[in-house]
This record gives sequence, C-alpha cells and structure tokens, in this order.
Amino acid sequence: MKTGAQLLIDSLQAIGIEVLFGIPGGVVIPIFDVLYDADMKSVLMRHEQAAAHAADGYARASGKLGCCLATSGPGATNLVTGIATANFDSVPILAITGQVRRDLIGNDAFQEADITGITRGITKHNYLVRNAEDIPRTIREAAYVATTGRQGPVLVDIPVDVSTSEVEDVVPGEVRIPGYQPTVEGNLPQIERAAEAINAAERPVLYVGGGAIASNAAAEVKTFAEAAHLPVTTTLMGLGAFPEDHPQSLRMLGMHGTPVANYAVMNSDLLIALGARFDDRITGKITEFAEHAKIIHIDIDPASIGKSIAVDLPVVGDAKRVLTGLTPLVDYRERKEWFDQIAHWAESHKLSYQKNDKVKPQYVIEQLREVTDGDAIICTEVGQNQMWAAQWYGFKRPRQFISSGGLGTMGYGFPAAIGAQLACPDATVVDIAGDGSIQMNIQELATVGRDNIPVKIAIMNNGYLGMVRQWQEHFYNRRYSHSSLNGNPDFARLAEAYGVTGMTVDQPDQVRDALEKAMETDGPVVLDFHVDPEENVFPIVPPGERIDRMIDLA
Amino acid sequence: MKKHVISALVSNEVGVLSHVSGLFAARGYNIDSMNVGETEDPGISRMTIVLRGDDQIIEQVVKHLRKLINVMQVKDLSAAPFVERDLMLIKVATPPGRRGEVIDLVEIFRGKVVDISTRDMVIELSGPEAKIEAFISVCRPYGIKDVVRSGPIAAPRGANDE
Ligand SMILES: Cc1ncc(C[n+]2csc(CCOP(=O)(O)OP(=O)(O)O)c2C)c(N)n1
Ligand SMILES: [Mg+2]
Repeated sequence: MKTGAQLLIDSLQAIGIEVLFGIPGGVVIPIFDVLYDADMKSVLMRHEQAAAHAADGYARASGKLGCCLATSGPGATNLVTGIATANFDSVPILAITGQVRRDLIGNDAFQEADITGITRGITKHNYLVRNAEDIPRTIREAAYVATTGRQGPVLVDIPVDVSTSEVEDVVPGEVRIPGYQPTVEGNLPQIERAAEAINAAERPVLYVGGGAIASNAAAEVKTFAEAAHLPVTTTLMGLGAFPEDHPQSLRMLGMHGTPVANYAVMNSDLLIALGARFDDRITGKITEFAEHAKIIHIDIDPASIGKSIAVDLPVVGDAKRVLTGLTPLVDYRERKEWFDQIAHWAESHKLSYQKNDKVKPQYVIEQLREVTDGDAIICTEVGQNQMWAAQWYGFKRPRQFISSGGLGTMGYGFPAAIGAQLACPDATVVDIAGDGSIQMNIQELATVGRDNIPVKIAIMNNGYLGMVRQWQEHFYNRRYSHSSLNGNPDFARLAEAYGVTGMTVDQPDQVRDALEKAMETDGPVVLDFHVDPEENVFPIVPPGERIDRMIDLA
Repeated sequence: MKKHVISALVSNEVGVLSHVSGLFAARGYNIDSMNVGETEDPGISRMTIVLRGDDQIIEQVVKHLRKLINVMQVKDLSAAPFVERDLMLIKVATPPGRRGEVIDLVEIFRGKVVDISTRDMVIELSGPEAKIEAFISVCRPYGIKDVVRSGPIAAPRGANDE
C-alpha cells in the first residue's frame, strides 16, 4: 500500500523530474513529508510566483519539463503569474497544487481556491485528481501533454485526503488521449510548394521564433538557411536559434529590432515564418507588414496560423521535422542584389549608443559578453534592461537567452535564473535586471544565499521604471507620471543582508573589474550598476506604426 | 454574418463544459446556443454550438476547439448539407372562444399540446429554426407567456458522415 503523496513523488520520478521548486503549506504537508527522505532535489523558494518562474527557467534552459509545488488557496493563486508566463511562451511546466479535502470542495473551506477554474485559460490543460489511484496516470498524462505539440504548462490539483489515502500501488499504462493528437510531420505537398516558393524568391527572409528553440531545431535552421542562402532574423523568443554572428544573421526584428532586420522583412518578396506567431511587437502596423511578401508559416499549432495575418502557404508541423523535409528540396541561390542591399542597410544603420561620463547599460552588457566569452546563459527582467540584453549580448546558441516574451513579466528573470542554474550547474547564469523588476522577486536572495546558487544579478539601475519613462518621453510629452523609483534600497547592502555578495558600480572604468570579480566569485553576486538614468532603447518603432519607421538615435 | 453549426465530440467529464465555454468567453466569440448530450458511448458527449461569424473567425473557433485536450472531434456542419432541429415549449394565451384557432395552428405546424388550462396552453414543437420562428410569430397575436427553446442540435445529411 502507498499513500497518494508517495504515488505522486514516485510518478514525478518516473517521468524524470529531478528538481522541485516549491513552498509547503497545510494541504501539501503530506507531500513534503514524502520529500523529507525521497531521492529528489527540492528547492525551498520564498514566493510561489518565483517557484513557477524557476520551474520555467529550468525548462527553458534544459528543454526538460520543469516542476513546481504549492499549497492550496494563496499558494496556488501565487503561482498564477508564473503559469501565465509559461503559457504565453509555450514552456513545459508541471504545477502541482494542494487542494482542500474532497468533501469540502466548493464549501469556501479554509484556503480553498478553485485553481483549476482560475487557471483554465492560462494552462494547456489542468486536472483535479479525485482518487489516489488516478495520480500515476494523471501525472504521466500531464507530462505528455505539457511536453508535446505546442508545449505549455499543465496544472494538477490534488485534494489533501487524496494525498493521505492509502491505495494499492498502480503502474500507469500507455498515455492515450483521444482528443489530443498534435500534428508533427508536415504535409509533404505543402512542403514541396514551400520549397518551390523559396527557390523562386528573389528577396526571401527567414523569420524564426521560439518554436524553433522549443523543437530543438537550431542545427536544422542553420543547415536550411545555409542551403537555401536566406537572411535570417529572429524574434525575442527566437534569440539563439540562429547564431547572431553568422554572416546571414540580421539579428532581432520588431519594435526594438535592428533596422536591417525590419527593412529586410518589409522589402521581402517571401517571408518564411518558423515557429513564430506574428505578435504585434513584431509586426507593428499589421496591415502594412511585409505587404509585398508571400507568407509561408510553419508552426506546430494550427491555431497560430492565420490568426493575425493571412498566410499563403501554411505548414502545420514540428519545426525540426518540417525543416528536415524541406532542406533537401531547396536550391542555393546567390541573390547578390538582395544580399548587397542587406549589407548596405546593415552598414548604414548599426546599433549604437552615445558614450559619456556615465555608466552606459549597453556598455555593461558588451563588457559582460567579453568577460563571459559570450557563453553565459542570460536571463532578463522586463523593460529596457531586457531590450538592451537582447540587442547587445549577441546570442550564439539556443536556450542561452531566457526572458518573458509574451506576457512580459517583471520579476521573472531572477527566479528563472535560479531554475536555469539548477538545470545547468556548470554554466555562468546572469540575470540582467532592472531596478524595478528585481524588486518584484527580490526575496529570492534568501534562496540563492542559503543554497549557494551562484547566479549573478546585474542590475541596470536607472532609478526609473525605465521603459515606462521612455514611452512617456516619446509619446506622453515627458509627463513622468509614477515612473520614478525614488526610495530604491541600496541593492549591494540589501544583498549583504541576505548573505549575498553585493557590489556597487557608478563609474564606467569600474565596470570591467566588477564584472570580472563577480564572475570569479564562487556564489551569488548582486552587481548594482548605476547607469545613465535617461538612457533610451533605440531603435524604437512607435506602437502601431510600420516597423520600418523607427525612431533612431540620430 | 453567416450562421454556423459546429458539432463537437467531447469526453464526458467534469470541467469539459467550462473549458469550452471559457474558450468562447476568453476569445470574445459570441455564441447563439450550445447544446450538450450523451452519445451512444456514455464516456463521450456531443456538443452542438451555433454561432455567427465570418469564415476566418469560424476557422479560428474550430482550431481552438480542436486544441482543447478533452475535445475529440470538431466539425463545422454548415460546410455541407445538414439537418437541424430545435425543440420549443411555448405557453400561449387562449382568450375565451379562441382556443380552437390555436389548436388549428398547432396542427398545421405539427406540434403537440402538452398542457392546457382555462387561460393558456403549453405547446411542444420541434423543427428547423425558421419553422420555430414562424410559429412564434403566428402565436404572438394571442399573447405569448413563455418560450423555452433547446437551441438547435444538428447532424450531417446522408453520406457525408466522415
Ligand atoms: C508585473 C509587471 N508590472 C508592470 C509591467 C509594466 N512595465 C513594463 S516595463 C516596466 C518598467 C520596468 O522597470 P525596470 O525593471 O526598472 O526596468 P527598466 O525599464 O528601467 O530597465 C513596467 C512597469 C510589467 N511588464 N510587469
Ligand atoms: Mg529601471
């Protein structure tokens, strides 16, 4: 005989979960009791939102399923932002929540929340387990749903009396879900038509999103782009799916993309979207986006295709599989005129910033790249810090850039970095943070301090909710309503209070030294860079404008 | 906007209705009616959803329904010939001396009187929406006290079953 809680931990081990991020509470004490002597690593977080983000960072860094665990009621509702973040960016996590006793459900019992109802729209699927015997099958099914097709979070809610009831050990059979059969292989005639269109194109652009990373298709993207000789741009979520130092790379497109990427897309005659979803931050004014281009859209999620833009040639399938079928059918074409034009745009519109006697955030990130050989896993918060990180680090490989793209969740980067560090213990993991965002999950300094998780936090401290301030500057007549962060703590001293190394940098010539010291430190470090407070992110496409109408520095 | 009748097979479990209706609410699709009933397999229910929208919206609805894990099959029946039936219980006032007229109407429409009192009667009528609407309008002069409608259920015609 086994308790439901034992079956749960057994089932998690059976599906390969190695680390759990969580916080205990009334109805999950039986589960934590099993963890007390189970052979499973678990990390005590200081807020459930951070537990969900850590599971998400773990999943993004490793490509494996992340897992978090919270109690009923407030524990479960605290997970919500983390689950929504993972859902928006299609990240596979398994969220386990405790629930009140079965006979109390619906009675407004102490710490009851209808978490399956609350998370219905922000999970790929969710379950309320009604019998302990169902736990092994449910966990296996949940893991299968989370990690296949368009990946995403799945929540499993377990009433406390299900956890404590004793039942015969059950071994789940094969997963069989009649309503769930994701299309993985692309349709061959569609792939052939796509190849024809690519071979005929004079001004093609390959536009790569996070789907390429989720499908582990980076090698296939490179082979395909080289075989067909295509310029490649990536979304924020796609950063690292194609090496940014590759001669065919246009780097990131969209609101804060490179001018060359935006010009190329707007002037293309064929746009090949791969695992990308034409988000409004990418397209700007959608009615005029790539208006002369034929559009091929390769995506695992049929519902993404044709959602915001009419597509000429849809291919439903997994990015890796579709590219494997497509690559042998494409011809290498020189397209000299097109590549000359692109080289001209790239040359005449480089990303740049103006130096002065203040610490420039872009400079900090450039230095960080040098100090880490461009090899670190970079997590980000949200705002200017995120865009500077995306623009200035230079990503070489997939799963190297970890950021909340779709939901844009401030407070994501630090706990995600904790998850990424647990997934990749030997990697250098850096959270490029803002002074606003870091305060949304700063309590996790206790987690990294106690467990000596060696993430480095580089705060681009501008004293502002900087991205908001920048919008107010450009679009709201410099009316800086509620965007100044007067009252910030001394972050270095705060770190020290948690037993974490803290450093403050306010001179450009200290930047390199501080970064080197931090990287040599064998433990977590907070680097508080006092950067130029009114530095902006350029270029910027005004919201709703064509993406080739950027406001740039000059 | 064109009327579409969508027929879906869903697993008969707690929460499936909220998944489907939640999808419509979250994406701002307005449905005319939704009908659920068991199929010959007690583990599977049939949903019939009627909504209006242009082809692009309906295509999205169908794709999103297919994405739901507990939805097994989704068809837009309006893409091919189909039969549709709506069931109505209508309570019509029968002013003194005019009960016979109402009964005549019931007969013409092949309805059934299922309850009767001195002042009104309850009539059962099934058929395509247009017929139901027509009956409501001919009853109106007598005074309609209540209308209860199931909303349409539908099935594809003849050989286009799969
Ligand atoms: C949870 C949350 N609340 C509010 C916002 C809106 N928002 C977007 S960027 C931003 C400013 C972020 O400030 P900071 O972390 O200091 O970054 P900076 O832009 O200054 O680099 C705000 C408030 C958000 N994205 N997430
Ligand atoms: Mg800031």
